[in-house]
Amino acid sequence: MAEDKKKAVEEKIPEDVALYLKNLRVKFVLEKETVYAVNGIDITLKKGKTLGLAGETGAGKTTTALSMLRLVPYPGKVECDRLVVDGKDVLKMKQKDLEKFRGADLAMIFQDPMTSLNPVFTVGQQIADAIMLHNPTTKEQAFKSAQQMLELVGIPAARAVEYPHQFSGGMKQRVVIAIALACNPGVLIADEPTTALDVTIQAQVIAMMKKLRDERGMSMIMITHDLGIIADVCDEVAIMYAGKIIEYGTLRDVFNHTKHPYTEGLFNSLPNIHNRDERLKPIPGLMPDPSNLPKGCAFAPRCRYATAACKEKVPEPRMVSDTHMVACSAYDDPAFRIERPEKD
Amino acid sequence: MAENILEVRNLKKYFKTPRGMLHAVDDVSFSIEKGHTLGIVGESGCGKTTTGRCILRLVEPTSGEIFFEGRDITKLGRGEMKKLRKDMQIIFQDPFSSLDPRYTINQTLTETLKINKIVTGKKAIENRVLELMETVGLAERLINTYPHELDGGRRQRIGIARALALNPKFIVCDEPVSALDVSIQAQILNLLEDLQEKLGLSYIFITHDLAVVNHFADEIAVMYLGQIVEKAPTQELFDNPMHPYTQALLSAIPIPEVIENRQQTILSGEISSPINPKDECRFAKRCRFSCDGCREKNPPLVEVKPGHFVACGRCGEL
Amino acid sequence: MSAEKTTQITPELVSKKYVRQSQMRIILHNLRKNKGAMIGLAIITILVLVSCFADVLFDYDTEIADLNISQKLIRPCKEHIFGTDDLGRDIFKRVLYGARYSLGVGFAATMIGMVIGVVLGSIAGYYCGIAEDIIMRCNDVLSAVPSILMGIVIVSALGASTFNLMLAIGITSVPQFVRITRAAVLSVRNQEYVEALKATGMSEARIIAFHVIPNCLSPIIVQITLRIASAIIATSSLSFLGLGVPVPAPEWGSMLNLGRQYVRTASYLTIFPGIAILITVLAFNLLGDGLRDALDPKLRK
Repeated sequence: MAEDKKKAVEEKIPEDVALYLKNLRVKFVLEKETVYAVNGIDITLKKGKTLGLAGETGAGKTTTALSMLRLVPYPGKVECDRLVVDGKDVLKMKQKDLEKFRGADLAMIFQDPMTSLNPVFTVGQQIADAIMLHNPTTKEQAFKSAQQMLELVGIPAARAVEYPHQFSGGMKQRVVIAIALACNPGVLIADEPTTALDVTIQAQVIAMMKKLRDERGMSMIMITHDLGIIADVCDEVAIMYAGKIIEYGTLRDVFNHTKHPYTEGLFNSLPNIHNRDERLKPIPGLMPDPSNLPKGCAFAPRCRYATAACKEKVPEPRMVSDTHMVACSAYDDPAFRIERPEKD
Repeated sequence: MAENILEVRNLKKYFKTPRGMLHAVDDVSFSIEKGHTLGIVGESGCGKTTTGRCILRLVEPTSGEIFFEGRDITKLGRGEMKKLRKDMQIIFQDPFSSLDPRYTINQTLTETLKINKIVTGKKAIENRVLELMETVGLAERLINTYPHELDGGRRQRIGIARALALNPKFIVCDEPVSALDVSIQAQILNLLEDLQEKLGLSYIFITHDLAVVNHFADEIAVMYLGQIVEKAPTQELFDNPMHPYTQALLSAIPIPEVIENRQQTILSGEISSPINPKDECRFAKRCRFSCDGCREKNPPLVEVKPGHFVACGRCGEL
Repeated sequence: MSAEKTTQITPELVSKKYVRQSQMRIILHNLRKNKGAMIGLAIITILVLVSCFADVLFDYDTEIADLNISQKLIRPCKEHIFGTDDLGRDIFKRVLYGARYSLGVGFAATMIGMVIGVVLGSIAGYYCGIAEDIIMRCNDVLSAVPSILMGIVIVSALGASTFNLMLAIGITSVPQFVRITRAAVLSVRNQEYVEALKATGMSEARIIAFHVIPNCLSPIIVQITLRIASAIIATSSLSFLGLGVPVPAPEWGSMLNLGRQYVRTASYLTIFPGIAILITVLAFNLLGDGLRDALDPKLRK
């Protein structure tokens, strides 16, 4: 038994995996209650691929991202069996190695471009600082690279000497992206990078991110609540609910061969752009309180297919095809189908 | 033709700023039929919110006329306006800041009912409060809860209940679902739809989300830098967008479907400043079709098909 | 239950069925976790009780103000634990009795300052424009004058009496209240709910009184506790200069003044009133800091 466990820990990670995360759990122990933010998440991200992490507020998306950087704030407690990024075992790193690892191997873009830049330094300096942290260069060289980075994200190099308040929201987000990409990270986590932006600006930023990703062969984790952006950017999709991944697969698997009732509910909640008269079918009820999760399937109280068994038994992840995972007990019955029709 | 509940003519709102006049709303005209919904779409800073506030006179318009049921409300005095406010209400975007954190649901609704003397008597008021809560789908047991104890969706329901308390005929919905999660968003949209059917309400639905407005509105006005650039019935606008800006907006909507090689028109540049705009097409700088003619004169809104208005100088050629 | 009967609220009212969570209770709960604040609160409670019952405990004419030269300048002993002063009065009794002057003047002066400051501050914050400019500029002028100097001027002009002292200290604390109220009102008035209430046809006066000011209370309450502390110091300072509570009342500042000439020979004359001032001010500051944390919405859930 013990040997088995050891074997599992020492499991060899294939070369082409950029990020491997096994059984991540995060809880916040507060005075009166314990908030279970993430409850066992496995992610395998291949090199050059983009994974979309979708879910509503409170599903644990951002906490998952922060734990991968080992930046979960106090009083969060992170437990994880394995976390390997670009062949480096992050869990074994010391504080100093971690600081090197952040930004150089794994970078993150935060949601709010307004607050993620320092208002007292020019944007050029801020990018140059990021470069100098990880590369031994002179100030001048770093500033030159910073200007190149700005050009890369579509900002004239001459604006490197300006301060963040002289930029608009979309421009600031481009600067944030430039900082994240400055050290050529293998994996980029983007946490709702366009939520604060207007539609046309969002389209600009997304197009730019796609272009940079393809040019650099970067792997990416895109965290968003917008299934439209997922469809646009991602190769694989993980749908999160109450701190768990309830459906995982390629874009086609999840969007065209939807299996989980929650994923179906999400699609039904969105207005159909092709048929404006169709009535929306919202998911009834609310997300469960993460400090008081239901005993069985967390989605059971809102699920219209739920049976008595669902409320008792935690659903096991099951593979319905080589690439498609779903965590739903209803599929114990081989005849079970959700209503959403399959597409090709 | 059905009766218009609201008609706005040449509405302007300018704000004085240290750098010059900010043209927040610049010569906007539209009308809404009774029981219908007009969607106002645009990006941040296009003046859609200011338009909504001007209609309720929460912001005093600089010039223009607003006819509500045939009466010009820009000329009404305070007392008359107060009476009229019962008929016109507003639902706000942010369910966190649009409720007084020190008032429970009961207190919020009771106060509104009392001030406008909609019903009198303790028992009658409470019955009305419970009725309102039921209408918007709030459980009875929440009557004495504070906003901070509730989630965004429920708070937004309180906001809707407060608007409904006065039995309005017309409601301005200012991005009522933008701050909510998808599943909750659908609940609120359905609620607003049901209320419209049940109470015969007319809406102005202000939003930046085209997918939502496509579902919700009968007619859509697209705003850019304080002006309406295109206005048409929803289906027509989505099938046959004529203004280059509308085309770009529609193409920028993220669609939650697997589409191979989706072609998107991506606009370059960003919205320019609404302070002292020149007399030229305001979209010309970002427009891929712009020519010298576009920079000479601000094109007026012209009816190109019955009910379909476009403000583009090159609309005929393209 | 009995309250319901007397106010004749019919028991079937649904709103009575679901008890609402009192905000006061949450604040008290937060405050209770702060040890410093609780110590401060305990000291203040004792001082308030002492000042309320000072007349019951001591007879002013015979025990506090009457001279008794035969007993003068006795060192602290069993009979007079703080000793006696140069006129033979018991310092312990005088210090306890003096609490009512310090606290009374402190409270009253702060209330005067608060009322004026909050009214002006909310006008300035709610109606921007000329009203704001006038109020804020006058405020700047007022706060440019050192407060002790201002106190001296007012008291000298109106004459030394307890009431004039309160007025003088009250007026010097106005600028602080104006500033704090205005800042709080400014942030609240831009909240959407103020606009929402306007849209429901509520009058401006009602909005200010029932919706804007209650949401600005937290910083004002904190300011009150902190201002009382400085008002107590100001009271003592002015009394020390002979401009405060007239002798022979045992105000702590004037006791300090009387003991001044005996500092070398009989230092207990100044030490005990000094400690009294120190403890009182410290108590209010501890409570103020604790309240600030307890009322801070960011620290609440």
